[in-house]
Amino acid sequence: MVQKKGGKASEEAEELAHVPLQAIILADSFNTKFRPITLERPKVLLPLVGIPMIEYSLAWLESAGVDEVFVFCCAHSKQVIKYLENSQWRKQPHMTVTTIESHNSISAGDALRLIYERNVIHGDFVFITGDTVSNMSLTEALQEHKERRKKDSNAVMTMVIKKSKPSAIMHQSRLGTEELFMAIDPDTKQLLYYEDKAALDRGIITLDKSLLTDSSSVSMHNDMQIMGYKIYTHEIHSSYAAKVENFRSYDAISKDILQRWTYPLVPDVLSFRNSVTKLGRQGLYRASDIKQSPTAEIGPFTLIGKGTTIGSSTKISNSIIGEGCKIGSNVSIEGSYIWNDVTIEDGCKLVHAILCDGVVMKAGAALEPGVILSFKVVIGEHFVVPAYSKVSLHQQPTVQDSDEELESSELLSFIYKVGAGGAGYVWSVCEGGREEEWKHSVAPIPEEKLAEILQSAEDDLDLLHLDGSLLPPSGELVTASNDSETHDTEEPMDDYFEKEVEATFQRAVHENIKEDNVILEVNSLRAGAWVTFDVYMFSLRRLSYNMTAADCAGAIFYSVIKWALEMPHTFDDELQKNVAKVVTTWKKLLKYYLPSIDEEIEVILKFEEMCLDSAKKFAPRFAQILHLLYEMDIIQEEAILAWEAEKAGADEADRVFLKQSEKLIEWLKTASEEESEEE
Amino acid sequence: MPDVQSLVNDFVNKLKKRKIEGSQATARQTAELLRSVISQQRIPYTNQAGALIDAVKAVGEQLIAANPVELAVGNIVRRVLHIIREEDLSLTTAAIGGMNISAASDDDENDDADDRPALSAAAVAAAARSTLRPPSLQTLLEDVPDATAVHHTSSSGADSEGKSKSADKSSRSRKLKHDVIEAVNELIQDIATCHEQIAEQAVEHIHQNEVILTLGRSRTVMEFLCAAKEKKRSFRVFVAEGAPRYQGHVLAKELVARGLQTTVITDSAVFAMISRVNMVIVGAHAIMANGGVIAPVGLNMVALAAQRHAVPFVVVAGSHKLCPLYPHNPEVLLNELKSPSDLLDFGEFSDCMDFGSGNGEPLLHVVNPAFDYVPPKLVSLFITDTGGHNPSYMYRLIADYYSADDLVIQRKPAVGN
Repeated sequence: MVQKKGGKASEEAEELAHVPLQAIILADSFNTKFRPITLERPKVLLPLVGIPMIEYSLAWLESAGVDEVFVFCCAHSKQVIKYLENSQWRKQPHMTVTTIESHNSISAGDALRLIYERNVIHGDFVFITGDTVSNMSLTEALQEHKERRKKDSNAVMTMVIKKSKPSAIMHQSRLGTEELFMAIDPDTKQLLYYEDKAALDRGIITLDKSLLTDSSSVSMHNDMQIMGYKIYTHEIHSSYAAKVENFRSYDAISKDILQRWTYPLVPDVLSFRNSVTKLGRQGLYRASDIKQSPTAEIGPFTLIGKGTTIGSSTKISNSIIGEGCKIGSNVSIEGSYIWNDVTIEDGCKLVHAILCDGVVMKAGAALEPGVILSFKVVIGEHFVVPAYSKVSLHQQPTVQDSDEELESSELLSFIYKVGAGGAGYVWSVCEGGREEEWKHSVAPIPEEKLAEILQSAEDDLDLLHLDGSLLPPSGELVTASNDSETHDTEEPMDDYFEKEVEATFQRAVHENIKEDNVILEVNSLRAGAWVTFDVYMFSLRRLSYNMTAADCAGAIFYSVIKWALEMPHTFDDELQKNVAKVVTTWKKLLKYYLPSIDEEIEVILKFEEMCLDSAKKFAPRFAQILHLLYEMDIIQEEAILAWEAEKAGADEADRVFLKQSEKLIEWLKTASEEESEEE
Repeated sequence: MPDVQSLVNDFVNKLKKRKIEGSQATARQTAELLRSVISQQRIPYTNQAGALIDAVKAVGEQLIAANPVELAVGNIVRRVLHIIREEDLSLTTAAIGGMNISAASDDDENDDADDRPALSAAAVAAAARSTLRPPSLQTLLEDVPDATAVHHTSSSGADSEGKSKSADKSSRSRKLKHDVIEAVNELIQDIATCHEQIAEQAVEHIHQNEVILTLGRSRTVMEFLCAAKEKKRSFRVFVAEGAPRYQGHVLAKELVARGLQTTVITDSAVFAMISRVNMVIVGAHAIMANGGVIAPVGLNMVALAAQRHAVPFVVVAGSHKLCPLYPHNPEVLLNELKSPSDLLDFGEFSDCMDFGSGNGEPLLHVVNPAFDYVPPKLVSLFITDTGGHNPSYMYRLIADYYSADDLVIQRKPAVGN
């Protein structure tokens, strides 16, 4: 869910020059990874190596030859709009930047829908989030995309991915994101399976206008749900692409920029507000007007912003210091990100911290690794801020605010002062959250945690080897899977699929989505599950559930019945009524998945299984409900008869329900006989 | 006509994004841009040259700041400034002398270069230079006849000065601009044809059955070698591939297409091969005023190897690469660090740059400088479009192309904004 780029495969699309290339920047990440900073400033305006993140996205789009950019703002939209109005991009002759404001979008899907409704997208478009740093050239990916579109109108989207070395710990330690599974056909580059555990790490996706029209239910917050459309991938090799996902990737990408992987998007080339930065030995970037004491030691891979003063005997290494900072003497700064106008008095100690604009650290204060100090926080004298704390002038939100609304309840506030003369609330996270804190913080992962990851990764690898499955030669997607389900037999796979369908269905029920859309979504799940045998599988075998229509039908039916069961009921009669009601509502959906007798038999079998297992309440009413389904035309009599025939040879235990429904079957048989006699 | 400012912005942008590759293209586009700046510039009655110089300097400053590593931009800006000064000087001299050459074509503002008398500005400028400059060995030797001639005419025409002066007044403003544009056109022409002019000299330097070594790819070198081939010289070329961009592979392809015996070697094999080489011919990114060369990375090593085996090290470069700056000046940015992705695949090595473990300090650093500095003592000969020169002669050549006043383009000394 990083960047998506779409192409409309109209005939004239081949003429690149004629169709203006459009791009959408999503200036909101719809998550809370950067809190508390994002309470006061939108993520895209946070400085990355001294320059707001959105500048990188815009500079990249501009150099990739994009003609029109729409910046979609949600949280703090006023700030984004104001920023863009004053920026150099307004004066660009070749690229127009337009802002689109919305306050009620909660996912990328919502955003796309809204943009589509505005009717501004006419052809190909590139979809990226505002926190993307890349220097790839789009032309090749775009060309591929267009050619594919010409051949196959269902190829709506090209996802651009970049692989990183599969190393046991790297993925987590480098970017702090979860692994990602992808199955890609090596010949056609078609994306066959995509599972986004936390977030797509590096990538750009191309998607198409028609996708927007067809499915108002495109929701990208979870996984790409593409209704039978094909997604292709384009892998970039030498170019760089990354997305600032959390504090850890903020750290990693900042260092990549200083190491010039993003060239020409590096501080000494990408001038911002006319300030000139010069690169010295050992990756030391210095802007003009720096007052530095001769005894200060400024180490490698450090950037010092304009007008900053640095006192004597201060040591700085691997850090980024913004503009107009005042750093006293005997300060030690290591691996930290200090934004603009920060005051650090004598004798402070900073290790792997982020200090936002206007922070003041009184003399002798110290920050342990992973501390985040939000805007204008004051840390009192000789106060030591414990590791992984987040300090903000704002209290931890108890109500939803204009920033990203999702999951704010997880943060429970626990406030204490930050030293004498200090100002700020220390945010705390509940127990579970604290556990994860080290994963996403700017500080390096502690040794013991690293060992843990390594251990679990090794275990997984062992299992894989035992399993005989080949470790794919490439793909970051492989990495360590430290979750419980490694390689599975078919059973859990089915369960997994079922759960997905159920989740989709329930969402549909709650959100009152039209049946058509549910069909599309379920279809997409199925499409996602289509993994053929010769496929180049990236990882674990469990991806390869190959679902037939029958399975889908079973899963849908299961969801429907389960829903009925969950509706309040006191008597069995009511239960039956509930079923009738639910089935009527979702009749169309069920019918869609029951094109032939086989699927219907599957449904009956599923129902039988449910009665035995998860939904015992239905057991006494099996026959009635079966009859109901028959009457509603969901199940035809042939299916019931075939089911009977199938069950005829089974043991007594298995025939409980058959017996129950004997009467119905009898009746059906006579009815059909009568019919044939009449003829 | 498009707005000049937007043209300038556009070009600045391209320079910033490093979209223009190669000195020659940069030089040509800079000259073209400055030409349109000059042609759009309004000229006051007094101090016309000053107005033009200020306009060009203002634009030049922006251009140089946009890509300080591409020295050709600064070179061309200074060349144009020099042209303005020269033309102004020649006009003044001419006015004093009452010489009103080429008044006939004053009326057309459009600068079609072909139907103008070619001798006008250049000849007079040379004359003016010789009269107003402190004498040097070259002016003494070359320009004496011209100078006397001009003196002669000026003294003879002195009596007609009074009446021509008032009539000239209005046309002079346009005339200066016109002449400057004329001269800039010539400069553009020179830049465009520098390869041919250099290549013409090829047969004098490449002899039968010689072995030539080069590194990377330079268009000038390619044309130079091909010109020798066309003159029926038969020789062999060793091409060092020029890591990390491997432009040598491209050069080898081109040479083979022209029917030259070519051998590709790795950069590291240069020392092993140098004893079999008769001459090293390479291109340059820029030639500094002291005769040092800013060249693609790897060339210093080649130059050292050539010196060790007493193989001539020849640098071919168009005159737009002559830079009036000295490399010891800390303000001069001589190198550019490119993306490490040329060297390593990010994906393959990303585990070595793991910031999340250890103390957060990456253990792997990759440095990819674009250029090398070859000191003048390692260079045997420079071949420019004006002929072959010794490194120690470069400062003199530069004095012909640039005015000393223009060495610092920035109007206000770096306040740092």
